[in-house]
Amino acid sequence: MKRLAMNGDQAVALSWKQIDPDVVSSYPITPQTIIVETFAEYVANGEVGTEYICSESEHSSMSMCIGASAAGARSATATASAGLAYMWEMLYIAASMRLPVVMTVANRALSGPINIHCDHSDAMGARDSGWIQIYAENVQEAYDNSIMSFRIAEDMGVRLPVMNCLDGFIVTHAIESMEPLDDDAVKKFVGDFKPIHPLLDVKSPHSFGPFDMPEYYFEHKYAQQKAMENALDVVRKVSDEYAQISGRKYDLLECYRCEDAEYVALSIGSTAGTMKQVVDDLRAEGHKVGSIKLRLFRPFPFQDVAKVLDGRKGVAVLDRALSFGAAGPLFADVCSAMFGNSSSSPAFNYIYGLGGRDVGVEDLKKVYFDMEDGTAKAVNYLGVKL
Amino acid sequence: MPVRLTEGHRLCAGCAEPIVAKQVLLATDKPVVVANATGCFEVSTSGFPQSAWEVPWIHTAFATTAATISGVESAYVSLKRKGKISEDIRFVAFGGDGATYDIGLQALSGAIERGHRFMYVCLNNEAYMNTGIQRSGATQRGASTTTCPSGTCIPGKKEIPKDLTKIIAAHKLPYAAQASPHNWKDLIAKAAKGFEANGPSFLNIITPCPRGWRYDGANTIEMAKLAVETGMWPLYEYENGKWTLTGETKRIAEGKMERRPLADWLKAQGRFKHLLAPEWKDVVDDIQNNLDASWDELLRLTKL
Repeated sequence: MKRLAMNGDQAVALSWKQIDPDVVSSYPITPQTIIVETFAEYVANGEVGTEYICSESEHSSMSMCIGASAAGARSATATASAGLAYMWEMLYIAASMRLPVVMTVANRALSGPINIHCDHSDAMGARDSGWIQIYAENVQEAYDNSIMSFRIAEDMGVRLPVMNCLDGFIVTHAIESMEPLDDDAVKKFVGDFKPIHPLLDVKSPHSFGPFDMPEYYFEHKYAQQKAMENALDVVRKVSDEYAQISGRKYDLLECYRCEDAEYVALSIGSTAGTMKQVVDDLRAEGHKVGSIKLRLFRPFPFQDVAKVLDGRKGVAVLDRALSFGAAGPLFADVCSAMFGNSSSSPAFNYIYGLGGRDVGVEDLKKVYFDMEDGTAKAVNYLGVKL
Repeated sequence: MPVRLTEGHRLCAGCAEPIVAKQVLLATDKPVVVANATGCFEVSTSGFPQSAWEVPWIHTAFATTAATISGVESAYVSLKRKGKISEDIRFVAFGGDGATYDIGLQALSGAIERGHRFMYVCLNNEAYMNTGIQRSGATQRGASTTTCPSGTCIPGKKEIPKDLTKIIAAHKLPYAAQASPHNWKDLIAKAAKGFEANGPSFLNIITPCPRGWRYDGANTIEMAKLAVETGMWPLYEYENGKWTLTGETKRIAEGKMERRPLADWLKAQGRFKHLLAPEWKDVVDDIQNNLDASWDELLRLTKL
């Protein structure tokens, strides 16, 4: 298919149009709103068969996705920031019911103070909810991840909800050149939805969401964890299959000029794109640096991360979120991966870009310079005005 | 009629909830899917790995029952349009008064405004009974609960309950009604109308709770009857914009039977017993005045 110019939200909406989910629930919140607006136009023009419901809150929006998915429908929604926080209770319930709901999250700072711009505190706050989290670097990836999310969520070895994360405004609103797949290719790739014991199978009644006492609860949580672990291979498998129809190859993480790099920095989302420019600039000046983009945050690919970080002179972990009283959530997992796998590189945390604070090429070079000259601290606040 | 809610559930002896639910579920021959709010009814009918439900059933959370059934119904509409489902299915949601008057009111309002075809049944026992008898927006003025206990300074709940059935009717939905399990014929007829309404419908059903109301569990049906005959729980319908009295409420309004005195209602339940002391006569007067005003308002609506 020919290349098109569109923003990340429109690209996600396009993927939904091609997938034609049975039910989409919507509630407006910046910077996600373009997705549900664009999709509403598809509905209004009869381009999809979806039952499109405008909810009265994100809490209800997620509840509707849960009800629809349990009923036997492929279900999707989108949100950001406070909307995701408002769904918090229901995120856990969607995951524990093992419902393959797909939700796009336009990453935006949490209130307060209220702020509409990008950081990852919304999705990081939902880190432990049992959702798979995939992050996109750019518009193309937001589109590709959206399509793959349905396959990953619906895999019989997984059956977990998936968050398809893209950076608010930076990816949601920036118009980029991207190449969609043909409608038929998407439909074939995603396939038919296969519900398990759906509510609408009235001849075979099942109870969803029963009261669960100490005799069973722990085992149900363990089963969820096993499904998450299964998702690592399923994400790889689905990504490989997607490469065959798209020519675009994705893995759990992506290394950029890391082979002989002494210093590497690990980031997620759009910053990983900026980092490629940083690495190219510094390489041209003779610095042995590389960048790692983590695509999959949950389940966390501990072994893959430990392997690529081992034996470096310095590892910087860039967090666009902050766990107050600790440090960055990504940093905690990276350190855990390294420690647990006897990886010996010194690691430094960089908190950056909170509330949409712009972080450019020159700012990010400092991360490598700090490590090279030994001034990097355990936790650093990149670009904060003090 | 197949059994939809089996015996062997863990609700208290004398609880009106399974009585009400069984009456509601008798009102349609069509297959039903049930959504249930967190609360006594959910906890006591679903302890994993058992379930008292012989029909598809879903519980998600406390505030979300109307939203959950909205999603289920939307899936039904979508899959039916796509030719993946052929059955004619009905959708019903059960929630207590805490789930309905308070925490789930927004979700219920949204679901009704969107026009999903489902019936919402409020099992109204006038407090948060599952957590141990706490005050809700449905709790009667003067009732003692664990969060508005009758003390030496404050005689139970200070406020009157919100008039939820009228709030729901203000959505101009096809059908809403108040019912009581003692008048099962009236209740089932209303549930049948609700199931067949071409859009959302709402039943607010007085559901006596022996633990919370403090009476002998053998008297549950008598207590529901008393609520209606004293005028504390009038039976009526709102159908396509028209208000109609039913059952004993209609007979009282027509002068065919006497409305029983408020004192009969207050004396029958331990939650009101403190009000019988002379120092709280003004509270009883206030309850009487509210009762009379609500009664007059309802009569006006039905004559419009």
